[in-house]
Amino acid sequence: MPEMALRLQQVSHLFHPGTPNEVRAIDSVDLELVPGSFTVVLGANGSGKSSLLGAIAGSLSRTRGRIFLGDQEVTHWPEHRRAQLIGRVFQNPLMGTAADLTVAENLTLAARRGSRRLLRPALGAERKRVIQEQVARLGMGLEQRLDTPIGMLSGGQRQALTVLMATMVKPTLLLLDEHTAALDPRSAELVIGLTQEVITAGGLTTLMVTHSLAQAVQSADRILVMHRGKLVYDIPDVRRQHLREDDLLRFFDQLRWADRLDESAATMLRHGYV
Amino acid sequence: MNLLIGAATIGLILAPLALGVFISYRIYKILDLTTDGSHGLGASVVAALLVRQVNPLAATLLGLISGMIAGAITGTLHTRFRVSALLAGVLTTTALYSVNLFVMGSGNVNLASADTLFTRAEILGRQLLGIPESLSIMGTTVGGGSFSALIMTAVLAAALAVGLTLFLATDLGLALRAAGNNPAMAKALGIDVERMVVVGLGLSNGLIALSGALFAQYSGFANIQIGIGAIVTGVATLMVGETLFGKRSLGRWIAGAVGGAVVFRLVVAGAVRAGLNPDALKLVTAIFVLAVLIVPGMINRARAGKAESAAHHA
Repeated sequence: MPEMALRLQQVSHLFHPGTPNEVRAIDSVDLELVPGSFTVVLGANGSGKSSLLGAIAGSLSRTRGRIFLGDQEVTHWPEHRRAQLIGRVFQNPLMGTAADLTVAENLTLAARRGSRRLLRPALGAERKRVIQEQVARLGMGLEQRLDTPIGMLSGGQRQALTVLMATMVKPTLLLLDEHTAALDPRSAELVIGLTQEVITAGGLTTLMVTHSLAQAVQSADRILVMHRGKLVYDIPDVRRQHLREDDLLRFFDQLRWADRLDESAATMLRHGYV
Repeated sequence: MNLLIGAATIGLILAPLALGVFISYRIYKILDLTTDGSHGLGASVVAALLVRQVNPLAATLLGLISGMIAGAITGTLHTRFRVSALLAGVLTTTALYSVNLFVMGSGNVNLASADTLFTRAEILGRQLLGIPESLSIMGTTVGGGSFSALIMTAVLAAALAVGLTLFLATDLGLALRAAGNNPAMAKALGIDVERMVVVGLGLSNGLIALSGALFAQYSGFANIQIGIGAIVTGVATLMVGETLFGKRSLGRWIAGAVGGAVVFRLVVAGAVRAGLNPDALKLVTAIFVLAVLIVPGMINRARAGKAESAAHHA
């Protein structure tokens, strides 16, 4: 059996544990991702999708269960150490780049992900040339603006650069957290196209959270649906099933129906009908 | 002329203070109150060592290292133990007040007869540069010693500014800046943000303590009050530099911090000469910083208000 790119064993996470506001954001999730596969996570707001990515990336503290990336167990690794193996693009286009640093400085930081940072000049001639080449390949004209603070660029431009930055060093796993949700439609389309390109070119294993069913059926090999912290549906062969948006909508309707059933059961319990 | 040279020298002595505050206040956006304590710590350590005839260069370096330790303590309190940056700085500085008294053995140490970096500079100046006992510049007689002091502090300030600029452009320096600018991004790119804060505040307070160590040697004494208000002085010099030099590039910004410290001291000397009571200095400095912070906002609001009322009338 080939080594899985990602393995989760009984991963759970509580928000506000031990208080009346305790929420089970992730509930005993088991998951394995095949190397080179593109998996999309769907689910309503608050279903635990982003928490799941946070648990994998290590940005949530005190998560239970075990997490493996490739052949390494990373359960006890802090976030910055897991970043050696994980590339990330956030929903907020301002979050993935350092606004006060120039485009070139941001990119050279990303090019050193997973290596030691010592006293070598960060932007020697050779490194700058490589960066210029990579930025030019985006076809956005940004290679002319390498010395501009990245905060001066638009959200779309910054997000495109963040996609590039997350994949400059090939990650074992690429995490995309609704990374086009905050962009205007044109920029979103551009970033989606770019994302597809780098994933295909690098043969990357990808886990993407999105609200767009269209995006899900277009790009995914596999679709997961989360609900109340649990993985409730796992559709492993999206392409063979010729899945359409309507089919996914039906899943969500079923979930909503089940939810209402739960609520009425709870109401009955509260009133002592059972 | 003597006054001018003296003021410029003190400005250059305060340059490392400005550079240190640049790191904490501009890179990490932390108003690090450790500054007061570590500035005094540098002075105390150097004074205690110099009265025991320790080599001035070694004593100054030890002063610098003591500041680095103080900064690293504040950084650790802040990152590891989640104490707010402000409280962490206050705690360290409060503790340092006692530490400084212990180190000096009393509230005041006289260095008038001690061998210091400045007495060494005077000897070196005479031997290497042929600076005479006293020389005449534009009609006034200037002591060779104060001229050597000016040269030494200028060379040191320039070297520190260039060194810091180069350092911040290395892989490690860039990681330090990213950790201050966007911690979430820095972590996602594999940077240990907590360690960067500890290293950054250590570096910052090392520079600040160096400034204190130089100040004590130049003034010929160290006392428990040297560090008081150092953070405000640092912020003020930084603001003068930013106003005069701008902050378009990192090199310019850093050069501005050094230039700002010199200009600041020249203005202070001018004001004292013109009759300002030296006791009012800290009050005036605080008012200056406050003005720089709030006046631009007030002007913008006034402009916006005018534009709005103009729009109403149109």
